[in-house]
Amino acid sequence: MSTADLAPVPVRPGGVFAARRGFVRPWLRLLRSELGLMFRRWRNRALLAVVVAIPILLGSALRVAVPQGGGQGGGGNGPGAAFLSQVAGNGVFLSFLALTIMLTLMLPLVVAVVSGESLAGEANTGTLRYLLVVPAGRARLLSVKYVAVVLFTLVACLLVAASALIMGVALFPVGPVTLLSGTTVPLSEGLLRLLFVVLYVTAAMAMLGAIGLAISSFTEHPIAAIAAIMILAISSEVADNIPQFAAVGPYLPSHWWLAFDSILRMPVDTTELTHGLFSFAVYIVIFGSIAWARFTSADITS
Amino acid sequence: MSAGLETSADKPAQDAPVPPGGPANQGATAQAAVVTHGLTKRFRGGQLAVDGLDMVVPRGSVYGFLGPNGSGKTTTIRMLLGLVFPTSGSHELLDTPMPAGAARVLPRVGSLVEGPAFYTQLSGRANLARIDAVDATADPATTDARITAALARVGLLAAAKKHYRAYSLGMKQRLAIAASLLQPRELIILDEPTNGLDPQGTREVRALIREIATGGVTVLVSSHLLAEVEQICTHVGVMRTGRLVFQGTLEAMRARGAARVQVRTTEPGQAAEVLTKLGLDDVQSADGEVSAQIGDHVPEELCRELVMAGVPVAGFGTPRPSLEDLFVELTGEGFDVDG
Repeated sequence: MSTADLAPVPVRPGGVFAARRGFVRPWLRLLRSELGLMFRRWRNRALLAVVVAIPILLGSALRVAVPQGGGQGGGGNGPGAAFLSQVAGNGVFLSFLALTIMLTLMLPLVVAVVSGESLAGEANTGTLRYLLVVPAGRARLLSVKYVAVVLFTLVACLLVAASALIMGVALFPVGPVTLLSGTTVPLSEGLLRLLFVVLYVTAAMAMLGAIGLAISSFTEHPIAAIAAIMILAISSEVADNIPQFAAVGPYLPSHWWLAFDSILRMPVDTTELTHGLFSFAVYIVIFGSIAWARFTSADITS
Repeated sequence: MSAGLETSADKPAQDAPVPPGGPANQGATAQAAVVTHGLTKRFRGGQLAVDGLDMVVPRGSVYGFLGPNGSGKTTTIRMLLGLVFPTSGSHELLDTPMPAGAARVLPRVGSLVEGPAFYTQLSGRANLARIDAVDATADPATTDARITAALARVGLLAAAKKHYRAYSLGMKQRLAIAASLLQPRELIILDEPTNGLDPQGTREVRALIREIATGGVTVLVSSHLLAEVEQICTHVGVMRTGRLVFQGTLEAMRARGAARVQVRTTEPGQAAEVLTKLGLDDVQSADGEVSAQIGDHVPEELCRELVMAGVPVAGFGTPRPSLEDLFVELTGEGFDVDG
């Protein structure tokens, strides 16, 4: 193509250099672009596929192991053990069980990958400098990156719950849900409570996402960021299980992740939930501030 | 090397005229696309990458920003665009203070910084769409048309749907230039746009820059090769180890180069004495040859003075070094460019 037969560059209405087009709509446009990039990446798709596959494996294994119409009622230690015995009685509990199991390793890994990648990945490929000279606006780009991480996390949690629910319905009896406190509620209310659990787990992972974003703003190596986030998450979970650390336990990032089992009791004990959500909010504010302070003042030399 | 050609970073315009904006940066602001005031960057670890840069890029000029690799060009460009924050000093782009006015001014500035960088899994067109989506001033309704126009301008329309990873280096460079042309611009900053290109690609990029400049857009183009930009530049700035050692029009640089007198003689000491007495600067003698900055002196007069002083003049000339020689003289011979 020669330079002679060029189409003229379209001129924006309102003069050659139109004023900024407000804040919200361009922000949403950037978010859409960010999500498109995120969900079209094969690595991320593979992660979501694994997130869907694990509940399927879990359901199949339980179907083989547990005889149909097995034990009702809670028991054992923690929500995991309680859910395990419930699954055979009601397939809905496969969702709770799957979320509980995935919350220890798989969901933190998903969050670590997308949040660790967010800034460090762009820095690593050099695309970050081209976004910033457009200009993306550093605080604006950071906010979009974080919201995208949270939305990806929400999708991952929903997929876990949905995949487990479908498997539960397919392999186990489904009906009114007997809560951990022994009360039986209609299936619809059971599903509503499942939704609340998903949102609580998403909030927990959004906290890890904020930590991940902060770590990601300090490096140009996404793998280093992802590893650091995973080490932090696992260390927190390990420390939380060591009795000698009981004094600091409630302040550890992972301490309240599994506190959602009170959603499955009647009446709902909001103390634990409030503590958990407050802990997440504090962590998000602290690490969001660190990410902001770092990213808005860092020299971009990549 | 000739010290007389060196301009102290503190007073760069003293012997390097900067038309049409007048001397230095006072009063030049109105006609300048880029003005820097003592811009300095010291990286953590103490490395002084840019040292007291006073740069003036007149509006409508094609400014060749020259210097060997590692002389601070890229750091300067990163500071201009707000990617790197200066340790001290300040600068304005299109009369807007940076980085405070970045959101206002950067939409009017297109740039290519240290080579192209795009998403390898996306096509050329999708990459430009991504860049456009980031721009808060861009109208989404015209995105497709603007992308098509930009791709056409750099001759990439046929490869628009190809994955970026399948692009050749030349195509990558051209895509980066296309990204800088997505919007109408007043200033385009191109850092080493011909780096790694074959002669054919270099010529294409040069033609493209020329075409951009004819539209009245100010172009700041950096290169470590004078020859690559010589044909398209109106102004040059030469960097050496973080300092601007020359700034002015291309003619001014040529003129500075011509202003030397060279005397071949068997009595170099005597000749040097005469030239010094006559008030010539930078008198150097080596191997039976004495040279000095000619300044305002008339060559014929100098020759007569030498002969009358009894210097056996075997040869006399006012050679005009090539721009390349001048450039190398300004920037050093290559192995002393560290620091």
